[in-house]
Amino acid sequence: MRIFDPHIHMTSRTTDDYEAMYAAGVRAVTEPAFWLGQPRSSAASFYDYFDGLLGWERFRASQFGIRHHCTIALNPKEANDPRCAEVLDVLPRYLAKDGVVAVGEVGFDSMTDAEEKVFVRQLELAGEHDLPVLVHTPHRDKVEGTRRSLELVAASGLPPERVLIDHLNEVTVGMVAESGCWLGFSIYPDTKMDEHRMVRILADYGLDRMIVNSAADWGRSDPLKTAKTGQAMRDAGFSEDDVDRLLWRNPVAFYGQSGRLLLDPVDVDQTATFEGNSVLRGQRPA
Amino acid sequence: MTDLLDDLLDNEGRARLIELIDEVTSTPARIAVLFPAVARAVGRGPADPDDPDGLVTPRVEDQARVALLRAAAQDWNTRDLVAEIDALYRHGDADEKRAVLRALDHLDVGDVALDLVGDALRGNDTRLIAAALGSYAARHLDAHNWRHGVLKCLFTGVPLAAVSGIAERGDAELARMVEGFTDERRAAGRDIPADATWLLNQLTSQRPDLDATSGTVPDQQRVRHD
Repeated sequence: MRIFDPHIHMTSRTTDDYEAMYAAGVRAVTEPAFWLGQPRSSAASFYDYFDGLLGWERFRASQFGIRHHCTIALNPKEANDPRCAEVLDVLPRYLAKDGVVAVGEVGFDSMTDAEEKVFVRQLELAGEHDLPVLVHTPHRDKVEGTRRSLELVAASGLPPERVLIDHLNEVTVGMVAESGCWLGFSIYPDTKMDEHRMVRILADYGLDRMIVNSAADWGRSDPLKTAKTGQAMRDAGFSEDDVDRLLWRNPVAFYGQSGRLLLDPVDVDQTATFEGNSVLRGQRPA
Repeated sequence: MTDLLDDLLDNEGRARLIELIDEVTSTPARIAVLFPAVARAVGRGPADPDDPDGLVTPRVEDQARVALLRAAAQDWNTRDLVAEIDALYRHGDADEKRAVLRALDHLDVGDVALDLVGDALRGNDTRLIAAALGSYAARHLDAHNWRHGVLKCLFTGVPLAAVSGIAERGDAELARMVEGFTDERRAAGRDIPADATWLLNQLTSQRPDLDATSGTVPDQQRVRHD
């Protein structure tokens, strides 16, 4: 089984996770830019984070045989913080880089005017940079947040097939399926969505434009939920080809629209260094 | 575009680079988003197969980025140019930073970009260290930091062929530092890098009181491509 986890925050995960993911079949990931679990206090903090997503984290993943891509954006929560507003002006420099496969995560957190303004501007940036968009839907007031997100996407003029609406559940899946956007589901240990509910949704809606991710981050989460969803699909009678389609071909098709995916196998060399530093912690590369 | 770069690109890459150069020539600010995308648009890879990291001979994408920045620089006043150089470096990945450092050799910005050279020399990325010690550093970096940059090359394995200005700037103090380095290596029973022997030999020919082991010019000691 080959797996592309299209939404996982590896910066918050350990090398044990990378090893377990590789053993479970994960060969490529996309790490969306998001918040840190506490507020950033300046735009410069974002730049260091973006540099890390594009540099050290990509290198770290490669040391475990995994291709790492990222999406870049000013996230919905911090769109409300005036200290971070200048990030919007600098985003084009980052959206131009190799390995950036979408604008994201954009969308709503508390559905404020500031969030909407930043969301709309970033939809424009996606058009200007010819990139797909990853849209986060809110935890609170999810139905209204999803509905408004779809309205803004439609108004942006972006083709719906270049937009992925994420963190969906049973009550939001229908409206996104009708919109023509891609449908993302984050499989968590005990919130948002689990693998068995996911399989029921797949049975009802089919596999077209369906995307499953672990969204593992610094919170309670499981980077193997993609693999576990594949197993739940098999248990429910889906074929190996169905599993491959959901866990590999669909995310590759979505992010492949960027023209910037790198999916050839990684030549693992743990003696390699990134900017002179290795993952070997104290053991100098031979 | 230099002749060397022209030879390295295929027809498609050459045509694409000409388009990009035209674009930044008419709208210099576009370099903010074109500079990062150069390798994807134009091509990438070593210019010299024996120098895959481009320590001595800048890689294809480095040379293309330098060409782009030089084109953008033509219409900018120094203040705007320096602001953009700072931004390209600050927001650049290691490849982009390397190209900015290479470009300094060709831009008329005085000593105001020395912070970037200092940043590169503080790190451990040999590609940045090599790119930081070109003719710009040879012209502008103060003696103390320039000598430490050369010594760092010996420590990190950057070939001295990457360093500009050794003949002009090498001095007795650098000879003392290199001799200390070779003494330590010898005391530890470790090999003396050929570049260290060569450098000491070069420097002591200016300082007869230092008794250097005779050395020959290392194989990698080649003319730098500026």
